[in-house]
Amino acid sequence: MLKVTVDLDVCQDHGQCVFAAPDVFELDDDGRLAYVGTPDESLRADVEDAADVCPLQAIRIEG
Amino acid sequence: MAPAGIAVVGASLGGLRAAEQLRAAGWRGAITVYGDEPHLPYNRPPLSKEVLAGEAPAAVTTLRRRPSVDDVEWRLGTAVASADLAARTLTLADGSVHGYEGLVAATGVRPRRLPLSGGPPRHVVRTLEDSAALRTELAEGVRVLVVGAGFIGCEVAATARKAGCEVTVVAPEAEPMMLAVGEEPGRVLRRRHEARGVRFRMGRLVAGLTAGGAVLDDGSECAADVVIEAIGSLPNVEWLGAGAVPGQGAGAGPGVGGLDLTDGILCDAHLRIGGLPYAVAVGDVARFPNPRYGALARRVEHWSMPSDCARHAARVLVAGLGSGGGGGGRDGGGAGGGDGGGEHGLAPFAPLPSFWSDQFDVRVQSFGLPGAGDEVRLLAGEPDAGDGGGGGDVVYGYYRGDRLVGVVALGGTRAAALAGGYRGELMALPDEVRKSPVL
Repeated sequence: MLKVTVDLDVCQDHGQCVFAAPDVFELDDDGRLAYVGTPDESLRADVEDAADVCPLQAIRIEG
Repeated sequence: MAPAGIAVVGASLGGLRAAEQLRAAGWRGAITVYGDEPHLPYNRPPLSKEVLAGEAPAAVTTLRRRPSVDDVEWRLGTAVASADLAARTLTLADGSVHGYEGLVAATGVRPRRLPLSGGPPRHVVRTLEDSAALRTELAEGVRVLVVGAGFIGCEVAATARKAGCEVTVVAPEAEPMMLAVGEEPGRVLRRRHEARGVRFRMGRLVAGLTAGGAVLDDGSECAADVVIEAIGSLPNVEWLGAGAVPGQGAGAGPGVGGLDLTDGILCDAHLRIGGLPYAVAVGDVARFPNPRYGALARRVEHWSMPSDCARHAARVLVAGLGSGGGGGGRDGGGAGGGDGGGEHGLAPFAPLPSFWSDQFDVRVQSFGLPGAGDEVRLLAGEPDAGDGGGGGDVVYGYYRGDRLVGVVALGGTRAAALAGGYRGELMALPDEVRKSPVL
């Protein structure tokens, strides 16, 4: 199963992942990151893109 | 003899992403990545910020590598001197010659230098070593002259100021970061820098350097203990200009009809070099058309671009080698198609560029291509709240006619969230692109 974790101690809320995978990541009105931990398999490519473009390399993918 | 595999020239972000994406596209043959620096791929953005400030160790720049590239061979510390695109060989600076089936050009850029001699200690910020060397100079009261007001210039100005330096920025444009964000957002950014103690001499060039600083083109002097040159970069293309191109003979130069190496490597809409099915370029060194913004081929020096390029170029290259490359290993599951070297079912490369830049507590975040717009509109915020130095979030939209082609947010993290609200509008492709046939 596709599993996503973001190290929120490292994340600086740049939001690049939101553009790459809007069905998985979002910034709330205060600009803080929220995300779906177990997205559907069909979103794998988007999630991999998001992990690639994270400025802090804070996104990890398992499964 | 074992297949020569794919050669990736350049071992920075673009080279790493290319290797990863070649695996993702189904390439099972050998991959060799050649790099002139002695290091495995590392992340450059912190070199002008956290690492330069000493807030983070150099180790934070280590880029994670996907397990799929564990068997990639890294040949580091030796530059590639030349490539023969006809014979498909590389010649390294040590004289050794290496064959390849497929080539990825990912050699990036190097800093431009002031064409002047003398002066106080002079620095650039590109490599780990550059950043470490400059860091030793930044201390309370040191007078720092930053030449150039682009990304690197603005970021190192902020970092030096935070370290207690007396910082002056000199640049020929009217406002900092003007080429990236336009004049009015640049003005807002300048005022926030000024409120934090950075001085600007905009509209000025450095005419000469002396032991005590610089002389500007209006004859005024700018005292400095350290000079940081941040006047842009030059694409590393010389290695491709020295070799033969199929049908061109050795030394085919810019515009001769083989390779166009003026301002980077000119690529087609699929990032192929010289129309060849077995050679592609990625990242800062690639100049390519983006159908989102018309037919003009551009180089885009944004951090996200190597990753975007690699995803597309790897699929094109693996498909191109599928029938014509010979001897390669490809599992057929990745790119699909693969007959004829071009029929790979991919729409033209049309990435949405984006960048961020952290300067003091001000974040500049861009999505799309602001430079493609002909009008800037304020979408949200009050630019001069708090006498211009305040932290108010500001969002600008860049329009070509009625079409939104870029969004820039200045401020804190909330500004980025506001910019994110325009994602759908920015992602929409123009009608003429949507209707264009896939290759």
